[in-house]
Amino acid sequence: MKTKEYQRMQLLAHTVLTIGSAIVALPFLLLIIASFTENAWAMANGFQFIPGKFSLEAYRYIAVQYQTIGRAYVMTFVVTLIGTAASVAVTSLFAYAISQEDIPVMKVLSFMTVFTMLFNGGLVATYYSYVNYFHVKNTIFALILPGLLMNAFNVILVRNYIRSGIPVSLIEAAHLDGASAFQVYGKIILPLSKPILATIGLMTGLGYWNDWQNGLYYLTERGGSHLYTIQVILNNINENVKILQQTAGATIGSLPMPSTTIRMAIAVVGILPILVVYPFFQQYFVKGIMLGGVKE
Amino acid sequence: MHRKNRLPYYLMALPGFLYLLMNNYIPMTGIVIAFKNIDFRKGIWKSPWAGLHNFKFLFQSKDAFIITRNTVLYNVAFFIFGTIVSITLAILVNEIQRKTAKKIYQTVILLPYLMSWVVVNYLVFVFLSSENGIVNNAILSPLGLSTVNWYQESKYWPFLLVFVYLWKSAGYSMIIYLSSIVGISQDYYEAARIDGAGKWKQIRYITLPLLKPTVITLFILSVGQIFRSDFGLFYQIPRDSGTLYNVTRTFDVYIYQALMKNSDYGMSGAASFYQSVVGFVLIVAANAVVRRYNRSSALF
Repeated sequence: MKTKEYQRMQLLAHTVLTIGSAIVALPFLLLIIASFTENAWAMANGFQFIPGKFSLEAYRYIAVQYQTIGRAYVMTFVVTLIGTAASVAVTSLFAYAISQEDIPVMKVLSFMTVFTMLFNGGLVATYYSYVNYFHVKNTIFALILPGLLMNAFNVILVRNYIRSGIPVSLIEAAHLDGASAFQVYGKIILPLSKPILATIGLMTGLGYWNDWQNGLYYLTERGGSHLYTIQVILNNINENVKILQQTAGATIGSLPMPSTTIRMAIAVVGILPILVVYPFFQQYFVKGIMLGGVKE
Repeated sequence: MHRKNRLPYYLMALPGFLYLLMNNYIPMTGIVIAFKNIDFRKGIWKSPWAGLHNFKFLFQSKDAFIITRNTVLYNVAFFIFGTIVSITLAILVNEIQRKTAKKIYQTVILLPYLMSWVVVNYLVFVFLSSENGIVNNAILSPLGLSTVNWYQESKYWPFLLVFVYLWKSAGYSMIIYLSSIVGISQDYYEAARIDGAGKWKQIRYITLPLLKPTVITLFILSVGQIFRSDFGLFYQIPRDSGTLYNVTRTFDVYIYQALMKNSDYGMSGAASFYQSVVGFVLIVAANAVVRRYNRSSALF
């Protein structure tokens, strides 16, 4: 039944959502266009949606600067992969263990997990202990350990999923057949909790890819620049774009740095993988948000 | 139970347990920094006690008031505008009949949620940079208006920060509300239609009232979070501009600056302690209220 009111509602919804989508999309479009604008032209006329002069100089500079940006790119991938894999392994093992509430201590561990959502030592104490007790400063652990590896929220999600989604009888039967606890984990728990693990893995991976705070806190220019990820570089050149020239050395002396557009180009390079992958994983992100939903 | 050997389960829990110690519980003991006069050669525990000196220092400065005010007021604004915008978006997306269109809107509006604050900083900068920004160059100048030094004028920032926050997070909360709306039984709408209620009336008398529990739960939980602020938003978007501090500095930015820029462990430790403890009281209280109101939504 297509009443007049129905059509009016469709028109309204499409109009508002189109405007909303444009507000979301235009900054990305402008960033991409800015990265292809000739630096001198952008300096003189500002960024525009239709720039007077297109140029690939920013990207050419990135290509020449391979030692800095290429290395940071590899670093970002490495940290994301190691971090996500470690996170999913540690989280799922821990969640399965604490789901066994009849075993002493497991309830205490559950409580300890939830308590971290309520109270934390704060940045000062966290920074102090990571630097002075665990000595992560200027090591790759600085990018993997603080804050990101396991969070209470994911543990609770996986624990609840295991509890409600995997039949106890299945596990009992496996034990009767002589399966050890680790075999049950590997052959039953892991395969059957794949959906939830994919969801938390995706969110964790995004967290590692986007992380710049650990780099800001725990990497110094002197001792940690070889560990810079794309996000850390983006954050640093924000304050001072010359950092790029210093780290790159003399090899690119002949090529002047496009000081403004280079930042935009690096930002584009940094978000490119997300833009490429996102449409395919969109439904998992949505599912992850719905699961996390109200409790975040 | 048949389980004779508990050891494997303890082994499974071990890495996560160690991580909790390292990432959460050992730092918790570090909150004593707030009561210490830190001397690095001696470490936390052997440093002399400072009593409440650090707190006296903090609360005598104007900063304590400003960061508390900013953190609380921004959270209030985020909640109010965030709720309005995301419920509106969720209702409209739900109305869209064509499946592909629906998916495209959802996908696009969620996109900023996946971006880091550093990247959002760049996206905003392309618009607001006083020399190269598109707002000054392509909008204000051509119209004959005087250009604005965006990163120096604090009066615009409360609006800008709320706008940027909504831009990044509206898609996320839209999906939460959308999942509530999808869960509403079609029977209600059917009955309303038979009674002759139009779209507006259906939204007004069915959708909105049935979203109320979600809104209330989110409200109470956000009361519990009111002393927390997103470091990325408040640190990245104003680009650490000193003239904006008055309206952009929140707890997390203040603590970061006192710690990293001034190495002032006393002051930042005191601010950190203040934030953690008040935050803890609020979140426990808020949760007690949620429990009474809607048990399944409670955190614990």
